[in-house]
Amino acid sequence: MRRHGWLRLPFWLTYLFLYAPIVMLVVMSFNRNKSPYSWGGFSLDWYGRLAGNASIRTGLLNTLIVALGSTALSTVLGTLLAVGLARHTRSRLLDALSTLPAILPDLVIAIGLLAFYSAIKLTLGLHSVLIAHTVFGMAFVAAVVRARLGGMDTSLEEASRDLGATPLTTFVKVTLPTLAPGILAGALLAFTLSLDEFVIAFFTAAPSEPTLPIVIYSMVRFGVTPEINALATLLLAVSFTVVIVAQRLTRLTEALR
Amino acid sequence: MTARQPARVVGKAAGRLATMGPGFGYLTVFLLVPLALVLSYTVFRRGRFGGVVYEPTGENFTRLADPLYLDVVIGSVRLAAITTLLALLLGYPTAYMIARLPARWKVVALVAVVLPFWTNFLIRTYAWIVLLNSEGPVNSGLKALGLGTVDLLYTDGAIVAGLLYAYLPLMILPLYSAVERLDPQLREASANLGARPARTFWSVTLPLSLPGVLTGCVFVFVPSLGNFVIPELLGGGRRIMVGNLIRDQFLKARDWPFGSVLALAVIAVLVLLLFAQAWAARRAGRGA
Repeated sequence: MRRHGWLRLPFWLTYLFLYAPIVMLVVMSFNRNKSPYSWGGFSLDWYGRLAGNASIRTGLLNTLIVALGSTALSTVLGTLLAVGLARHTRSRLLDALSTLPAILPDLVIAIGLLAFYSAIKLTLGLHSVLIAHTVFGMAFVAAVVRARLGGMDTSLEEASRDLGATPLTTFVKVTLPTLAPGILAGALLAFTLSLDEFVIAFFTAAPSEPTLPIVIYSMVRFGVTPEINALATLLLAVSFTVVIVAQRLTRLTEALR
Repeated sequence: MTARQPARVVGKAAGRLATMGPGFGYLTVFLLVPLALVLSYTVFRRGRFGGVVYEPTGENFTRLADPLYLDVVIGSVRLAAITTLLALLLGYPTAYMIARLPARWKVVALVAVVLPFWTNFLIRTYAWIVLLNSEGPVNSGLKALGLGTVDLLYTDGAIVAGLLYAYLPLMILPLYSAVERLDPQLREASANLGARPARTFWSVTLPLSLPGVLTGCVFVFVPSLGNFVIPELLGGGRRIMVGNLIRDQFLKARDWPFGSVLALAVIAVLVLLLFAQAWAARRAGRGA
C-alpha cells in the first residue's frame, strides 16, 4: 500500500467528486433561505412545500403505478429467464440477448418503442411506460438472479427429482426458496430503476400522464428551486436504502460486473 | 428405458419453453421488433406528419455528410472522448486501489461507487446546475480567493463534468474486476526480474487489464454520445450532441428516417467497440 501512496489522490478525488454534489443538495434541502446559496438556518419548509405541490403528487402516483407494475412483471419474467439460461441452454446468443437491454443506450430503446407503438397504433399512457420499463427491468432481475444461481448447490434439486418430484414441484419447492434473496434484490433494483428512469418514459408516456422524472425535468428546465433539493433528498434516501438492502441480500457488486 | 427417452427430450424442451419462452418472447416483441423497425426506417422517406412513407431512398444516409450534421457528430465524439479519457484517468487508479483494499473495505468502496449511479439521473444533473451557477459554491469560492466569477454553466466543460459524473461508476466497475483478476505473482515476477514499478505497469498490468479498460470505455463513451439531457441542462442548448439530434428528429422535426440513421450510427459505434473489446479479451486470455 505504501508503494502506491500517490494513488490515494485520484482515489479520494473520485469519492469527493461522486459525493460532494449529493451532500450539497441534502444540506441545502434543510436551508431556510430562499436563495439556495446562503445558509439561513435549519428548516423543513421545503419538504412542506413539496407535499403541497400537486404536479409532483400526480407524478409520484403515476411513477408508483408504473414502477410497481413493471417490477412485478420484470421479476416473474427475469427470474424464469435466469433459471432457463443457467439450467437449460448454453447458447451465447441467448445470453447476449438477455443483457442487450442493459447495454443499448436508453435513447435507442426509447425511439424503437415509440416507433413500434405508433406502428401498432397503441395509445400512449402509463401502460406504454410500464411495458417499456419491463424491457430493461427484466434484464437486471435476470442478471442478479443468475449470479445467485451460479453459486447454488444443484444437489438439492437433484435430490428432489430423485425422490420423484415433478419439475414444477422441484422449481416451486426447492429452486425458488433458495433463489428468494436474489429475486428480492433483483425486484428492488428493477423498482428503483423504473422509479428514476427518464429518457424512455419521456418518449413513451402520454403528455397528460407524466411520471415523476418527467415532472422533475420540466421543473429543472425552469431553473433552480429549493423544492427540488427536498425532493432530491427523499429520492436519494429511497435509492440508497434499496441498493444497500439489495447488497445485503446478494453479492450485488459481483452480479453487476 | 428407450420408452422414457422421448419423454425426457419433450420434458427438456418444455422446461426450456416454460422458463425462457416468456422472457425472450417479451424481448422479441418489445425490443427486437422495435429495433428492426427503426433499422428499416433508415431506407425510407419521411412522412409529412412523422412516421414513414414506404418509398425506398438513400438520402437519409447522404444527409449525414451535410456539414451541419457532421459538425454535430464530430463535436459530440470529441466531448464523449474527453469524458471517457477523464473517466479512465480517474477510474483506473481508483479501481486499482479498491482491488488492493482488505476484503471488508473493498465491498464498502464498491458499493460507494455504485450508489450514486442508482440515484435519479436528473437529480444528479441538477446538482451540477446548482454547483456551477454564477452564484453557486464554485464561483463563491473563486470570488473569495479574489479570482472573480467565471462562466462555468452552459459551457462544454459543464457538459463534460455532467457526463463524467453520470458515467464514472460504469468505468470503475469493469476496471475493478479486470485488475482484481490479475495474478499478483505476475507483478512480483516482473519486479523480481528487475523491472521498475512503471515498467511493470506498462508491460504487465495494463495489457492484461486492457479488456476491462475497453469495457469501461464502451460504457462511458456510448451513453455519452446518446445523452440529450446533459447537453440541454448543463450546456444550455448551445451545444447540440448526437443524442439531442436524435431526440429532435423523433419529437420535434418528425423526421423519423433521419433520426433512425443517427441511432444506427450510435449502434454501429457500440458494436464496433464491443468487437474491439472481445478481441482484446481474447488476446489478454492467450497471454496469461
